[in-house]
Amino acid sequence: MIYRESGQYKTSYSADMAVFPLRQDRIGIFVIIALAYSMAFFGSNFMLQAVLIPFLIFSLAAMGLNLMVGYAGLLSLGTGAFMGVGAYACYKLMTIFPGVNVIVWILASGFFSAAIGVFFGLPSLRIKGFYLAVATLAAQFFLQWSFNRIPWLYNYNVSGAIEAPLRTLFGVPIVGPTATPEVRYVIVLTLVIFLTWIASNIVHGRVGRQWMAIRDMDIAAELMGIKLLQTKLLAFAVSSYYCGVAGAMMVFLWYGGAEYNVFNINQSFLILFMVIIGGLGSLIGSFLGAGLIFMLPIAMGIVLPAIFGPLGIRVGAETIEHLRFMILGALIIFFLIVEPHGLARLWQIAKQKLRVWPFPY
Amino acid sequence: MSANTTSAHSFATDAEIEKAARAEAAGAVPVAATDPEVLLAVENVSLSFGGVKALADVSFDIRKGEIRAIIGPNGAGKTSMLNCINGFYHPTEGRITFKGETRRKMRPYEAAAGGIARTFQNVALFKGMSTLDNIMAGRSLKMKRGFFWQILGFGPAVAEEVEHRRFVEDIIDFLQIQAIRKTPVGKLPYGLQKRVELGRALAMEPELLLLDEPMAGMNLEEKEDMSRFILDVNQHFGTTIALIEHDMGVVMDLSDRVVVLEYGRKIADGTPSVVKSDQKVIDAYLGVPH
Amino acid sequence: MNALYQIFIEPFIFMGEAPDLLIQTIWEGFVSGILYALIALGFVLIFKASGVFNFAQGIMVVFAALTLVGFYSMGIPAIISLILAIGVMFLLAVTVERVVLRPLVNQPDIILFMATFGITYFLIGLGEFIFGGEPKVMITSQLYLPEGRTNFDILGGFVTIQHIDVAAAVIAIIMIAVLGIFFSKTRIGRALRAVADSHKAALSVGISLNQIWVIVWFAAGIVALVTGIMWGARSDVSFALQIIALKALPVLILGGFTSIPGAIVGGLIIGIGEKIGEFYWGPLLGGGIETWLAYVIALIFLMFRPQGLFGEKIIERV
Repeated sequence: MIYRESGQYKTSYSADMAVFPLRQDRIGIFVIIALAYSMAFFGSNFMLQAVLIPFLIFSLAAMGLNLMVGYAGLLSLGTGAFMGVGAYACYKLMTIFPGVNVIVWILASGFFSAAIGVFFGLPSLRIKGFYLAVATLAAQFFLQWSFNRIPWLYNYNVSGAIEAPLRTLFGVPIVGPTATPEVRYVIVLTLVIFLTWIASNIVHGRVGRQWMAIRDMDIAAELMGIKLLQTKLLAFAVSSYYCGVAGAMMVFLWYGGAEYNVFNINQSFLILFMVIIGGLGSLIGSFLGAGLIFMLPIAMGIVLPAIFGPLGIRVGAETIEHLRFMILGALIIFFLIVEPHGLARLWQIAKQKLRVWPFPY
Repeated sequence: MSANTTSAHSFATDAEIEKAARAEAAGAVPVAATDPEVLLAVENVSLSFGGVKALADVSFDIRKGEIRAIIGPNGAGKTSMLNCINGFYHPTEGRITFKGETRRKMRPYEAAAGGIARTFQNVALFKGMSTLDNIMAGRSLKMKRGFFWQILGFGPAVAEEVEHRRFVEDIIDFLQIQAIRKTPVGKLPYGLQKRVELGRALAMEPELLLLDEPMAGMNLEEKEDMSRFILDVNQHFGTTIALIEHDMGVVMDLSDRVVVLEYGRKIADGTPSVVKSDQKVIDAYLGVPH
Repeated sequence: MNALYQIFIEPFIFMGEAPDLLIQTIWEGFVSGILYALIALGFVLIFKASGVFNFAQGIMVVFAALTLVGFYSMGIPAIISLILAIGVMFLLAVTVERVVLRPLVNQPDIILFMATFGITYFLIGLGEFIFGGEPKVMITSQLYLPEGRTNFDILGGFVTIQHIDVAAAVIAIIMIAVLGIFFSKTRIGRALRAVADSHKAALSVGISLNQIWVIVWFAAGIVALVTGIMWGARSDVSFALQIIALKALPVLILGGFTSIPGAIVGGLIIGIGEKIGEFYWGPLLGGGIETWLAYVIALIFLMFRPQGLFGEKIIERV
């Protein structure tokens, strides 16, 4: 009853092409954004620091990877390393130019990631599909090695780690040990909303179409005049940009510091799972996938002791970690069998059902 | 020189003959290819894959505004010929001249940019996208707005989208596929998929349209519809069409001239009625060994 | 100028100065190359028969080794433990076929590939849950594997050969030979190759896909077990091994995804190339280049031969 499109006529092509053509969708998005910002006031420190901030950051990384794997059909196993490039780039920029606003540097660090992404994407001129994943693996291991072996990157710090120095915006600390979770959350939220908007514009326009064309049948795409190499490199660039910014945000707006081990291959796989479970080729899927994979250990940490505690069985942190892997693996297989298009498709089906509710079809 | 080039001579002006003679003296391109009436000239093209010779010394031309059928039994090399024209395969020998420019190796992108569009035997649509998106993808060449404007949700990029959307809607109206505009093409029946593929090719506003078995797998009504579309495209837009087809009725009714291939060689070339009664052609189709 | 000298001249001089070190390095590379080839072999088996790239091969190696050690630590004699471990791998094959492969039978390859990701993570969690995460010691003498080493005084220095390395190489080569014969000469081997070419055609001549898949995953499981034993004998059994298995990817790229001799050649190229690269050129870059050298080598090969060394040239048909 509520979710109806009757009465909403599109009188122009631009209205028809809008991302949220239904009025209910537009209201819904507005409500969600308002709710999200309100969490800055209502959310506990734990909620913000351990759940919402990382959820948003990983959603951004998943979105970046989704642009490449889901829209352009290029498999990448180097996400972790590209996040690292962003993080280290941001660190150098911050320490070399401490006067410039750190948000500018966070957004700028993505460009370094993009450049490196393009470099490792050059093999896509000759190599296709699965083999291309090897190029990204080379990127992953090489970049991770260089984070460790190039001391200039971490300012010759003895510990080999990078730390977030104190930075302020209008007098309020936003980066560094004194930055509060609320402040960091608002900044992360704003940046993620902004970058999601941009990603949405990209995928709904010519570029998104060209990516999907390459993904579906690159031969036909080429014969229609789509330049393969440029389009693929653009995918590498944009995807790496998003991962780089996510990496910078991860270190400077969440962890507070990092060392090269953080950006390892397991990180790459984790984000790939978020994309797969969330739904390939779907922006909202990136959020859903990140949410599920991220909430899982937290939910398990609450639910399992609640179930087993009264039975006298201690459920330790390592057990939860092992179970998390098992459940993650099982979930992936489950989703691939039941709904290969991931949570995003389930969400679409739910909306579809809602449109005709209370009728069955 | 084969028969069709002598008839091409009579259309050339003195200036053109002189120019062609100079070109020929320079050892470049023979007359037929520079004839303004000829849109595409295939000269002595051979194509081999390892030991398999797909095409052997094939020559023919396609005149502007005509519908040229390429027929022949299975394995004759028809699709390979189209692939060469497209730039997808590169001939091992010979050359292809399009709009007066000769190339041996043409990149598919160059063919597309030059005005050649095509459909495929096995429907090469973008299965993950809707009908509308597929046809819009055909407008890629015409979309000029750079990446910077793509990022914003308003402004020149959106205006460009709307403008191209208008053009694509005209094609959708023309092909009568309004109802399936938003349907993912993977879900469409085969006949409609072929129509969408035609739409996508038309979106490129081609000068030369290559159709690889556009009627395959269609019933009578669908064939009649498709034939009407092809004729309309040729007559209203003036698009030159090269068409691979097995249905002889369609070939006879639609085409102006026919080229017959067998085992990679050209065995006949002329108007449909001439070709139909050519004994070599009849033998080829009946499978008479020779 | 000095840099050019350091890169292109000096390492070779070093090689010539101490030929015993060169032999040692090549030997080490040879052994690890053979072991890479074994891991790659497991991939090739499954890929040949089902077109699935089994990302879980690495964790299967670890899991198999852990199972063996686990049984032994429960007091079961070594040989019985071995038989039990083989049994567990069979069970695993059956489970995977039933739970993962059958429901996904007509899906595109990329989906099946991602399903093996799921299997990987599941086995990691399960393995850690049952056996715990600390590294374990592989049982060697109990399995009649040789210990100790021999020193050879040659070429002005000496070369040390670990006996277990020799055993590893020999066993690996036997295994590869057996599998090669199995594929080409036996009825089941032929059926496997038929399935690899076309599922539908194989079905139409009466080959049971499900049986074949169980067989092939079981075979891959045995290869994993042997690999786990050999690798574990040289360095302990830990979950880090699973990442080393990723190195099989460059091996497969060089050797082709469906070629058994290719897996060997690829393995040797990567193994020896890695070791020599690390030993002679590594110090120039600060060491530790083994982590990425294999992938970069594979990448360079791919640029010149996109289909790998043994792969078939891909001719696209439209």
